[in-house]
Amino acid sequence: MTTSEYATERETTEGRVFTVTGGDWDDLTATVDPLSNEKIVVNMGPQHPSTHGVLRLVLELEGETVTECRPVVGYLHTGIEKNLEYRNWTQGVTFVTRMDYLSNMFNEVGYCLAVEKLLGISDQITERATTIRVMFMELQRIASHLVWLATTGMELGAISMMLYGFREREYILDIFEETSGLRMNNGYVRPGGLSQDIPESAVRKIRDFLKYLPKKLKEYEAMLSGQIIWQQRTQGVAVLDVTGCLSLGITGPVLRSAGLPWDLRKTMPYCGYENYEFDVPTATTADVWGRYLVRIAEIRESLKIVEQALDRLKPGPIWISDKKIAWPAQLALGVDGLGNSLEHVAKIMGQSMESLIHHFKLVTEGFRVPPGQVYVGIEHPRGELGVHAVSDGGTHPYRVHYRDPSFVNLQAIPAMAEGALLADVIAGGASLDPVMGGCDR
Amino acid sequence: MSIHPGTEGNAPVGAELGAPAQTPPSPDKGMFGVKGTGDVSGFGRLVRPRPAVFDSPRPYGGYFDDVYDALEEAYPAFSEAIEKVVVDRAELTLHIRPERIVEVCQVMRDDASLRFELCSSVDAVDYLGSDERRFHIAYQLTSMTYRRRVRLEVAVADGVPVPSVTRVYPTADWQEREIYDMFGVVFAGHPNLTRILMPDDWEGHPQRKDYPLGGVPVEYKGAEIPPPDQRRVYQ
Repeated sequence: MTTSEYATERETTEGRVFTVTGGDWDDLTATVDPLSNEKIVVNMGPQHPSTHGVLRLVLELEGETVTECRPVVGYLHTGIEKNLEYRNWTQGVTFVTRMDYLSNMFNEVGYCLAVEKLLGISDQITERATTIRVMFMELQRIASHLVWLATTGMELGAISMMLYGFREREYILDIFEETSGLRMNNGYVRPGGLSQDIPESAVRKIRDFLKYLPKKLKEYEAMLSGQIIWQQRTQGVAVLDVTGCLSLGITGPVLRSAGLPWDLRKTMPYCGYENYEFDVPTATTADVWGRYLVRIAEIRESLKIVEQALDRLKPGPIWISDKKIAWPAQLALGVDGLGNSLEHVAKIMGQSMESLIHHFKLVTEGFRVPPGQVYVGIEHPRGELGVHAVSDGGTHPYRVHYRDPSFVNLQAIPAMAEGALLADVIAGGASLDPVMGGCDR
Repeated sequence: MSIHPGTEGNAPVGAELGAPAQTPPSPDKGMFGVKGTGDVSGFGRLVRPRPAVFDSPRPYGGYFDDVYDALEEAYPAFSEAIEKVVVDRAELTLHIRPERIVEVCQVMRDDASLRFELCSSVDAVDYLGSDERRFHIAYQLTSMTYRRRVRLEVAVADGVPVPSVTRVYPTADWQEREIYDMFGVVFAGHPNLTRILMPDDWEGHPQRKDYPLGGVPVEYKGAEIPPPDQRRVYQ
């Protein structure tokens, strides 16, 4: 029995089940007898373009009003935390960078700060390495917020915003590629420093980008802020006040949109953020509109930080001076790509047996980390990213847990969605900016 | 390393009930054809003693003394609840008796001189082989008023439930579900303690130290992976 080509239906023991592939919602609701069946359960996701990846929402609807919403996660669980326990501390970076794939620099820096704290070498990280970390984190924050703007624009009907957002983000990914060789999943930050120094060409690209983006931001605002549809889809939608945020553990732009200027870069500084001049933007509306304003303002603040970091970038080492931790390779660009420099290979193979042993042991076995546990929290584009790292004194992590803001923030979806319209679930969910790679790890 | 799953040839304890871990022993376990532990250090067969965690002496330094004193004043059953106080790497850890954790969280959240409004993170560590109480649940509390962090730690044996703190910190909901999913620790009083990351019908708890990595058959319902020579041929 088929009522429409877009919504096939079949009878099951649980009642009638519809599979909706597109078309008109009215056609579907018309087939449900409103007198006997006022309640519909809709399974939104895990394959749905508006759920930011493989998020599944089980929605109970009465008409267009959501009476109950149950988020289901775990479709992207890849066991990264378990895998970490089988690799050495340095290799861990390659894994954690793949958690939240839109903010991999934060995953890497959070992990490295935790390992460095366990090692007790936090104050030995060089000035240049820390400055580049800050710069790249802020560029990553801009990229992440641009993707948020792009996808949210798309979900609320501003398709052109998606094209613009992804276009501008590509400039940032180019900078990362120029420096680390990869657009995403860079594996760039390492415990004790950075895998490579930033080339002059990337610095030039960053300077160009700093001039380029502010103009584009004005265009976005010109396109969206005064737009009546954008305003109506966002203002007063998915409201969550400070009390709600705190009890549900929501941090980041969602908390700041409710008016609390809680930003770990200011309140519990790390990586020398206390030496940079920037503001913590807030809004008071606590709705999707406020989160839009906060994120746009945060892009501007991040640009300010990147600019200050560029001015501070002085030549110097990027690795800690302790040779028991610093990566022994001396990378150089050869005819067949990036690899160990020929001088270094000649030295360890021809002149210094001890250098070779040292190189080999450090690369294959890795360094030992004294036993203990630490928790490091940094301000991620979506909120507090917490890394709980435990060492038992060996060369492998004993346990690393990521408190990923996407995971914690998704708990707010029922609070935002229940009692509201179905269309507002999309806007509310998008305003949390969940990234399922980070949520499911 | 002191713990390596499967080195002794015993069935992994954490997955006894489950299909995943009970695979026939493979001559080539793990990745890249590594045999044994995969430890290339040469120290693989040494059992490293786990260093005991001792009480830190007072004064703890920084705001730690203030937090300790404030909790002692605000919470009458303080001496029974606190097992140990550890200050390490500029972090304060209060080891709490499992049955007292909800009360302590309540005081930590509500007392005017403590005000740990935010429960940043809840997660677990499996210290297999340390003592009976192998699972340690760590609650990372953040005070936004005073800009402080404190870790509460609770240790339980396998099969002993921990009271759920969701009544005090609703944010712990999904995180306690994750701990249940990954370690099999049951949280008494949790509103909906089900698996969250693994499939609902998964058996075993993957983050336990005696649960192996890899060697787990692909678990698609009704699906079967054909041997490589019988897979699709491109012609």
